[in-house]
Amino acid sequence: MPHAHYLIVGASHAALSALHAIRLHDAEGEVTLLTRDDSLPYSPTVLPYVVSGRSDPGRVFLRDESYFAQHKVNYLRGAKVHKVNAGASAVELADGSSIGFDKLLLATGAAPVLPPVPGLAGLRFHVLRTLADALALREALPRVKRAVVLGGGLIGMHAAENLAKGGVQVSVVEMQAHVLAGYFDAQASGMIEKVFTANGVRLLLGASVAGFTPRGEGCRATLEDGAEIDADLLLVATGVAPVTDFLCGSGIETERGVLVDEHMRTNIANIWAAGDVAQARGFFTRERVINGILPDAVDQGRIAGMAMAEDPGTKDYAGGVPLNTYSFFGQHAVSVGVHESALEQSGVEVKKHSDEAQNRYLKIVLKDRRLAGIFGVNAAFDPGIMWELILRAIDLGEEKLAFLRSPQDTARALMSKNWR
Amino acid sequence: MGAAYETIHFKAEACDGCNDCMSACAQAKTQTDEHLHSRIQIVPSGEGFELAICRQCGDPQCVLTCPAAALSKNAGSGVVDWDRTKCVNCLLCTVGCAYGGIAYDSVSSRVIKCDMCDGAPACVKACTTGALKHVTTARIYNEAGNLEDLFAPGLSGCQGCNTELIMRHALRRIGPDVVVATPPGCIPGMGSVGYNGLTGTKVPVFHPLLTNTASMLAGVRRQYKRSGRDVLAVALAGDGGTADVGFQSLSGAAERGEEMLYICVDNEGYMNTGMQRSGCTPYGAWTSTTPVGERAHGKTQDAKNLPLLMVMHNCAYVATASTAFMEDLYDKLDRAIQAAKTGFAYLHIYSPCTTGWRFASDQNIEVARKAVETNFVLLWEFNPEDGLQFTHPVENARPIDEYLEVLGKYRHLDRDQVAHIERSLAHNLARIRGFVAARGAASAAAGRS
Ligand SMILES: Cc1cc2nc3c(=O)[nH]c(=O)nc-3n(C[C@H](O)[C@H](O)[C@H](O)COP(=O)(O)OP(=O)(O)OC[C@H]3O[C@@H](n4cnc5c(N)ncnc54)[C@H](O)[C@@H]3O)c2cc1C
Ligand code: SF4
Ligand code: SF4
Repeated sequence: MPHAHYLIVGASHAALSALHAIRLHDAEGEVTLLTRDDSLPYSPTVLPYVVSGRSDPGRVFLRDESYFAQHKVNYLRGAKVHKVNAGASAVELADGSSIGFDKLLLATGAAPVLPPVPGLAGLRFHVLRTLADALALREALPRVKRAVVLGGGLIGMHAAENLAKGGVQVSVVEMQAHVLAGYFDAQASGMIEKVFTANGVRLLLGASVAGFTPRGEGCRATLEDGAEIDADLLLVATGVAPVTDFLCGSGIETERGVLVDEHMRTNIANIWAAGDVAQARGFFTRERVINGILPDAVDQGRIAGMAMAEDPGTKDYAGGVPLNTYSFFGQHAVSVGVHESALEQSGVEVKKHSDEAQNRYLKIVLKDRRLAGIFGVNAAFDPGIMWELILRAIDLGEEKLAFLRSPQDTARALMSKNWR
Repeated sequence: MGAAYETIHFKAEACDGCNDCMSACAQAKTQTDEHLHSRIQIVPSGEGFELAICRQCGDPQCVLTCPAAALSKNAGSGVVDWDRTKCVNCLLCTVGCAYGGIAYDSVSSRVIKCDMCDGAPACVKACTTGALKHVTTARIYNEAGNLEDLFAPGLSGCQGCNTELIMRHALRRIGPDVVVATPPGCIPGMGSVGYNGLTGTKVPVFHPLLTNTASMLAGVRRQYKRSGRDVLAVALAGDGGTADVGFQSLSGAAERGEEMLYICVDNEGYMNTGMQRSGCTPYGAWTSTTPVGERAHGKTQDAKNLPLLMVMHNCAYVATASTAFMEDLYDKLDRAIQAAKTGFAYLHIYSPCTTGWRFASDQNIEVARKAVETNFVLLWEFNPEDGLQFTHPVENARPIDEYLEVLGKYRHLDRDQVAHIERSLAHNLARIRGFVAARGAASAAAGRS
């Protein structure tokens, strides 16, 4: 049975960040990186642009062969893990072969969750998580005039925009009253919605599908209120969740995801998990959460890699902060941290500024003079600096008013003082 | 050996917030004056200013957070390159970067970051206060780092002394075809001549008397030349052996134009033997022979200007240098090596002495820098054709107190003594400026004829 000192399952952001951290500390230790995909590593985040044609699918790879050769990494494609045997320190692949390990990292990400809508199971529909999904969607596009996107979260909205840009008439069906509800409040989401509507995307908010019926190549969606929408293409983007069934019986503790500690270690001493698959402490909550975003996958991957390589510089994971950047139709929205509703109310201050004419919006949430959240539509600030201000829990002190007045410049000055 | 890269350095104290750098960047990148487009951002901070710019990180987080492989660290230039054809505008890099180094530009609707202008940053050229500097010292590490170190490991200099740095860098640059003379002083004292029949160098080295370094070396060089071998003759000497007891033979060799490179490592005294004064010890300084007590207050005479004396010998090349300005030092080393092949080259390198000057051992380069920034030490070079010129003129010199107060050997100074030092420095500066001006006049005259 082949054996690796470090075995990494997954080849996306969390995995590559862990690999990078391992190699910074241990240039020689044997590393094997596995992916079920048949390609070089790529990011799910780039896929909407592959669908729209903006990104050439041959140029989206995050690493090339020479990187793996140079860093002495055994990169295995088309290798799907279907069982982990923690006791024997080995994984079993779909083809029946096994690989042993001294240390294992699970960086297998998440997969689309399908809603229990009657009729969905019998339909031809699309999801968007893998390069194969994206290529299938792209291939279908020329024949599509009308599309329904189920779900108005980030993935649904990205896909809707790119479909619309490809000349498709798109309807987004979202159960909540607003799109991107996880990241923006009603007002900010409203501004984003306006832009979509102006660009011809039909948004059906607070709506849910009662059932689907097949219709030729496509389908007909019947909403709870009785309205009917016909489409040549259905994209289901109602959310993602870690895939943990292949860990059943392995002894690795899971809840919604793989439970990990502050070094991304699971309950098994030589097994770690990072990225979308991991359920780790939140920054603002006591409980362990699934943050499910790219920057956090990078962060967690680095910590896991350092811990696996026993790098003495390993720091505790500070906790997941919800954040996202979102650009749409030439405009942009950024969300870092939490809204006031998620905080205990004492010591909370909120400053909001909006300018409907410019479609500009900015909201700052402070808790005990420390930044808790900052949200903008077409507003200028550096999300990376804001994230760091939150993680370091920096007391704005004297700078508080200046920060509320001009967050970008003040935060840059604070950065220079605190972590230049 | 890993590569070193060029960087843009920001000295916050010197920035007056004029924002000329932002205009220059906006012009260079977008042909507008709109500061929003500038990749370099000056921000007010309290009374002063701070900077947000891409640091071209060694371990860039932006690269790891980019889903489109649009960002990459260029192993050649060190710049974190942005490929606009791959970028999908997701803005995740602006989350990954904790420095505001890559930001969204609302006009182009794209991210923008500093690309170092292909090695000639427009912002630095526009900065008139000296707050921005394009540090290209990396060249030295990339080039010299691969040259063989010709000293043995484990020389036993005092902690924090820069003499070892001077010796090792100089010999690396000079290369193995060399014979080295190290008269008594710190340099042989720390082991360069060796012990028990073994040398501390990987090249021939000898230990002349304090008095005859230049004459012995002249003879050795002549003998090599006669036997048809092109071997560079190099002296690594202290200021005592050079300026005082060794001066007669030095002056003779310089006057005769003997072919050699004479490097004087000036630590302003006979430090190796117990910190006695030399002709190069400055006015007011404590040494063991210019003590401080009830009546004595350190040295009562000014230092002699040894490099200027060498100029008066019309040597093929004379220069002063400081280890706080390594690029300048390297340029001079290169020119001195060249000149020493056909004439007498003299290099005077200032060497703050942690033990004898009494300062913390981690401050050597800072002390050397302050000496230059207060005009206590002037950096210039001379050759007979071009005359004397400053290589690092300091227009707005910092107050001399900033230099004196960090050194234990000046701790006792009273107001009059400080005033004396200020006068001496002013005279010295005026004198050197006179030489620089004379050079201008001479070339103008040459131009007329
Ligand atoms: C369309 C879309 C848009 C997105 N947009 C954003 C955005 O704007 N901002 C943001 O922060 N995040 C976004 N995300 C989420 C982001 O892509 C993820 O958070 C991130 O990719 C997580 O990285 P990961 O390494 O944990 O997992 P993944 O990227 O999911 O990678 C998992 C890896 O594991 C491999 N794998 C899985 N199971 C197995 C197995 N059994 N055996 C072997 N290999 C396996 C996969 O092949 C893959 O290589 C988006 C996601 C999608 C799908
Ligand atoms: S953009 Fe930021 S993270 Fe990237 S190299 Fe520049 S400073 Fe570093
Ligand atoms: S905005 Fe462009 S460069 Fe930045 S992370 Fe996204 S794709 Fe990469």
